Amino acid sequence: MAQAAELVIQDLHVNVEGREILKGLNLTVPTGEVHALMGPNGSGKSTLAYTLMGHPKYEVTQGQVLFKGEDVLEWEPDERARRGIFLAFQYPTAIPGVSMGNFLRLSLKSKRGADVPMSEFRKLVQEKMKLLKMDISFLSRYVNDGFSGGEKKRAEILQMALLEPQIAIMDETDSGLDIDALRIVSEGVNAQRSQDLGVLVITHYQRILNYIKADYVHVMVDGRIVRSGTGELVQQLEERGYDWIIEEALNPQGV
Amino acid sequence: MAQTEVVDASIGDYKYGFSDPEQYVFKAKRGLTREVVAEISEIKNEPAWMREFRLKALDQFLARPMPNWGADLSHIDFDNIFYYLRPTEKQGRDWNDVPEYIKNTFDRLGIPEAERKFLAGVSAQYESEVIYHSIREDLERQGVIFCDCDTGLREHPELFKEYFGTIIPPNDNKFAALNSAVWSGGSFVYVPAGVKVEIPLQAYFRINAQNMGQFERTLIIAEPGSYVHYVEGCTAPIYSTDSLHSAVVEIIVKEGARVRYSTIQNWSNNVFNLVTKRAQAFRNATMEWVDCNLGSQVTMKYPAVYLMEPGARGEVLSIAFAGKGQHQDAGAKMVHCAPNTSSAITSKSISKNGGRASYRGLLKVHKGCENVKSNVRCDALLMDEASRTDTYPYIEIEEDRVSIGHEATVSKVSEEQLFYLRSRGMSENDAIMMIVNGFIEPIVKELPMEYAVEMNRLIQLEMEGSVG
Repeated sequence: MAQAAELVIQDLHVNVEGREILKGLNLTVPTGEVHALMGPNGSGKSTLAYTLMGHPKYEVTQGQVLFKGEDVLEWEPDERARRGIFLAFQYPTAIPGVSMGNFLRLSLKSKRGADVPMSEFRKLVQEKMKLLKMDISFLSRYVNDGFSGGEKKRAEILQMALLEPQIAIMDETDSGLDIDALRIVSEGVNAQRSQDLGVLVITHYQRILNYIKADYVHVMVDGRIVRSGTGELVQQLEERGYDWIIEEALNPQGV
Repeated sequence: MAQTEVVDASIGDYKYGFSDPEQYVFKAKRGLTREVVAEISEIKNEPAWMREFRLKALDQFLARPMPNWGADLSHIDFDNIFYYLRPTEKQGRDWNDVPEYIKNTFDRLGIPEAERKFLAGVSAQYESEVIYHSIREDLERQGVIFCDCDTGLREHPELFKEYFGTIIPPNDNKFAALNSAVWSGGSFVYVPAGVKVEIPLQAYFRINAQNMGQFERTLIIAEPGSYVHYVEGCTAPIYSTDSLHSAVVEIIVKEGARVRYSTIQNWSNNVFNLVTKRAQAFRNATMEWVDCNLGSQVTMKYPAVYLMEPGARGEVLSIAFAGKGQHQDAGAKMVHCAPNTSSAITSKSISKNGGRASYRGLLKVHKGCENVKSNVRCDALLMDEASRTDTYPYIEIEEDRVSIGHEATVSKVSEEQLFYLRSRGMSENDAIMMIVNGFIEPIVKELPMEYAVEMNRLIQLEMEGSVG
């Protein structure tokens, strides 16, 4: 029997520079669903994102991550990408001297494991850029070098659109975006929603969830998910903030 | 105008003067003596002044001590080198006249067919002598001279003598003296006033015989208001004993003229590459060196611009790649001899597998040269702990009213960049290549397209297997 195309995180413990940040996190994201992961600053949201993509600084001390039943933690970052996992970075790294065009083309070639003819690449990339209201001149600029906050985030979503992952992790994609840019980026993501894509939207604010409707919402506090729910939970967070949930998490018996 | 007459006369000669009636097959003895130098001059049937020039240069070479301030040169065995070789008997202008085995060499160098036909002239220095030479007709009509230096001496004697050895006198340094004594081949380029040469003039050459020295000599004269881009690219096969390449390049850029000289050099890993390159730029003239150094065992090369009159501008863009067992001691010199002159140096080096890249540069501003602007930037990329980079920026400023900028960085391939690219599916090797290509991009993009492609390919070859 084929394994379900889902990302399963079980009892995940992660250390960064010797300090435990994730403390037994459980989460399952199947394809076809959008999950939002919310939480206050310092709760470990970005640590989860980097760990899932395989950043060498993040040390998994316990637990496992499975994708289609296979052990993701065994894979190098590039293999994770080729297997269909994508991370939209909160702070995309600049690569001076490397044009977006070359970067995107080599990324696509790596993902497919085969060369992408220039004509096909151009057609594909132009189509996706149109969707994100990006000018073609963007392709000749150096990767993330001197990009505005909005340009960086759009470039991340463009990469996601080109690489067609099965699991996309969006790490605070809404941070630093004005309302117009947020709308464009969200539309770009919504256009990609399908039965073949699972999305984990990591955010501090519920604002982005006005544009990208999440099927499920999880709240993370101190390295664990403390509450899961649907749209109603988002509304509660919007009205009451995180304090009550932190309170409940730290005093499970109630006051 | 006397100058013009000389040029016109020389064009007349040109049409019929290409084939060389003298046919010698000669291989000089190893080692350097007065007899060898005199014999080289005699075989070339040179005028007496050149013979004297060579012999005097030999004395200066012998009298000068080995330079000990830079790379280790103690392994050069001057007695075990051929100072002159001539592999073919005939110089051909037509592609059809070029011997088959030479064409094969070009094939292996990967010079595209279309390019060979398109280009104004391709002069290939193959075992010390230019064997193929062509100039597109419209260049000739414009009065542009592009030939090997021996032909330049023979067919344009007045012009040649007026400038030869004036920018880099034989006694400038030990290796300039050596070249002056035994030089052979190289290019002679003359661009008349106001003429803009629209396509790059290119010379490909390689050294190919065991224990062979190569001492080419290039002289470029750009008359007022002219423009030319000269490109040299060289690769060499591996051979077993130490080999010496010691060239001299002299360039005169007159008022309002602009010359760009681009090099991709990829000597085999046993070659000592000791080259003196210098230009003088006059009023409102621009001189640009684009210098890419790969390969060789030791390279010492510091392209220089002497800014002689107000408004002159000099620029050096250089890349050095030092792999295992290699020392690239490269840089630039800018000498401001007039007020209101400007210069810029951008140097990028990559060191890997224990290689060492040194930036050695001189910025000099003479007294009274007000309002000089100069900017120096050197960036070094270290690929591993075993490799090394040093910076020796000599700055001598004798004038207060100047604007000088200097910036040097040393970096490693950053973990964050690597992770970002790998998160898009690139292998570690591909990701490193991409970062390295980005690092040198500001300079590579200045090369003609086909050279940029070749440069990236060479870097890729050098970088292969750089990660476990």
